[in-house]
Amino acid sequence: MSTETVSQIDIDRTRGDFSYPESHTFDAGTGLTKDTIDYISKVKGEAEWIREFRHRALEVFKSKPMPTHWASKDLENIIFENIRYYLANGQKPTRSWDEVPEDVKRTFERLGIPEQERKFLAGVEAQFDSEAVYSNIKAAVGEQGVIFCGSTEGLREHPEIFRKWFGKVIPTGDNKFSALNSAVFSGGSFIYVPPGVKVKHPLQAYFRINAENFGQFERTLIIADEGSEVMYMEGCTAPKFETATLHSAVVELVAMKGAKIQYVTVQNWSANVFNLVTKRAIAHEEAEVKWIDCNIGSRLTMKYPGVILKGRKARGEVISIALASDGQHQDTGAKMIHAADETTSNIVSKSISVGTGRATYRGLVHIPKHLKGCKNNTECDALLINSTARTDTYPAITVRGTGNSSQHEASVSQISAEQIFYMQQRGLTEAQAMSLSVNGFVNDLVRQFPMEYSVELKRLIDLEMEGSVG
Amino acid sequence: MRESRGAQNDKIQMSSLSIKNLHVSIGDKEIIRGLTLDVPKGQVHAIMGPNGSGKSTLSKAIGGHPDYTVTAGEVLLDGENILGLEPDARARKGLFLAFQYPMEIPGVSNANFLRAALNARQTEGEEVEATEFYAQMYAEMDKLEMSRSFTARSVNEGFSGGEKKRNEILQMAMLKPAYAVLDETDSGLDIDALRIVSAGVNALRGPQLGVLLITHYQRLLDYIVPDVVHVMVEGRIVRSGSKELALELEERGYDFIKDELGEPALA
Ligand SMILES: Nc1ncnc2c1ncn2[C@@H]1O[C@H](COP(=O)(O)OP(=O)(O)OP(=O)(O)O)[C@@H](O)[C@H]1O
Ligand SMILES: [Mg+2]
Repeated sequence: MSTETVSQIDIDRTRGDFSYPESHTFDAGTGLTKDTIDYISKVKGEAEWIREFRHRALEVFKSKPMPTHWASKDLENIIFENIRYYLANGQKPTRSWDEVPEDVKRTFERLGIPEQERKFLAGVEAQFDSEAVYSNIKAAVGEQGVIFCGSTEGLREHPEIFRKWFGKVIPTGDNKFSALNSAVFSGGSFIYVPPGVKVKHPLQAYFRINAENFGQFERTLIIADEGSEVMYMEGCTAPKFETATLHSAVVELVAMKGAKIQYVTVQNWSANVFNLVTKRAIAHEEAEVKWIDCNIGSRLTMKYPGVILKGRKARGEVISIALASDGQHQDTGAKMIHAADETTSNIVSKSISVGTGRATYRGLVHIPKHLKGCKNNTECDALLINSTARTDTYPAITVRGTGNSSQHEASVSQISAEQIFYMQQRGLTEAQAMSLSVNGFVNDLVRQFPMEYSVELKRLIDLEMEGSVG
Repeated sequence: MRESRGAQNDKIQMSSLSIKNLHVSIGDKEIIRGLTLDVPKGQVHAIMGPNGSGKSTLSKAIGGHPDYTVTAGEVLLDGENILGLEPDARARKGLFLAFQYPMEIPGVSNANFLRAALNARQTEGEEVEATEFYAQMYAEMDKLEMSRSFTARSVNEGFSGGEKKRNEILQMAMLKPAYAVLDETDSGLDIDALRIVSAGVNALRGPQLGVLLITHYQRLLDYIVPDVVHVMVEGRIVRSGSKELALELEERGYDFIKDELGEPALA
């Protein structure tokens, strides 16, 4: 694909299905041992405590079994020995696209990142394989004391804030993949928003996998201090390789008293990426955390963004859209852990399964008995396009105590061959008919997104539908 | 093939929906068994026939439904064989089916659906203008006495039987086909609705439109007066005639035709 000319940027942009030849100065080789970790730690020039943290995590990772007793058996197809755990060129992320190496820069240009940055973003971080290559924040936002950089820089330059929260929302041993990430993490964003600062425009990170047989393990930590507000957006793509690629991130959010965090994901990995991500937030008193999670690509995604509602009147929300086309499995959901009075949570999940695609919703809502005035609303809607599609819903809602309430609704609707024919008879192509149905199905959620992202999402859905009719 | 035919014949085919010796199977079962029919532009042809004789099958096969296999014959639209085309390509060439059982499309508003269908007919990159579109849609809805609330509702979802049929004619009016196959558009309509919907179809009648009207009731033909009436039995046209044929059928039922044909003819 690397032979395509620059003039084709617009056509090829969305799929992200292109790659440039690799040339990595630092390559941890295949497989995962103690030496791999020492290598990564040394290249990154890390403090001793981080190296030790990684080693402990490796032990936890090795000791934990694959969660195949409840999750997809497809996990067994991840061959950890064949994966490369760290690939980088050793340069520091620059603040100017002109200083980014030419082929890497072209990659991000083809993905439209610099253009979006100029148009509507407060800051951008671009990660290529293991490390950020570009990281910049608008001067006005930086002057307010907002920190936005890669996790590598965050750990080095702001250890006093980073260390305080690092691994506190998602402990190493939370699950096998959070342990893996804790052992080999690299890249991801670090954001700190000082008290009272409201960042008007989104901060965006873009994660790009360029290399085959590679694992990307970014680690993101966002701290919104008291009364502050921030919106963060992440996008991701990878080329279509023959062999499977692993993406296993850990994302921790901390919303202090009265703070608001919105975290938007538009995941468009190619169809052989295992996307196994742990995302969780702590919401303190009167804080609000909203996860907007769109999963379009990947071979298998397992992701259940959660909010621990730790302070009184905290509010958590997960809005998720999952599109499983032929051969894909989107195993997504949400976790809401109510841990204080008058906390509220809202989960709206919409999944679309096309052809042999499979969508699974797993929810966990926990409201213990001693709490008062807690509320949860859960809505799961599934759309099946053609008969082989499959959807499963596993909502686990435990609401105890008389002063608490939960409302749960679920629906499954079908777009049959008969409905597609009806739409085609009116002149729409099969792909257009499917897109129209899918967009109609998710429309009420998409309306809540910032305009730029809803346009992007619509375009991705159109392309995905075109791809699925072949 | 062409040269063996007369010039006159060619001319008719150039502006007609022409079905020739059509055979259609569903699975192993042959439903349409050598059907020939010609609907010239500007004319209305009615098809009447017993339940299960294959009227809806004919309509879906013309439309290109993937479950219906054409094993022989041709369907020519203005002289062009459309059997190799996808259903949407046939539609964009000017073919419209009003379904006996219109589908519900959840989540897609009637207005958005119509707009998408019109946009699909524009040249690449162009779209219908929004205000013009709404003005036109409202005008057509007024003619069909449809409430504006139908624009925001999902296509046919929760519509009553009669409302669905009206909605089919609204789509037809907006899409302006060259040929329309109306499959029992009258069934399920109350007396007033029958009048309104018929008026809607009549308003679209003209030299630019050919209509194939499938119905069980001769009463519809009092409103939409056909040029020709065909009788379909077991997958073939067995009799064609003027409007009076419909009256005769109403009086005597289909048996008299079956009797006249005799069983062997249908075997
Ligand atoms: N999808 C299908 N699978 C199997 N048989 C079918 C299918 N569709 C139609 N048939 C059969 O084909 C025959 C013709 O059906 P069709 O719907 O075309 O009849 P029709 O003339 O439109 O009848 P009606 O007047 O009741 O609407 C019937 O015997 C019907 O059972
Ligand atoms: Mg019928």
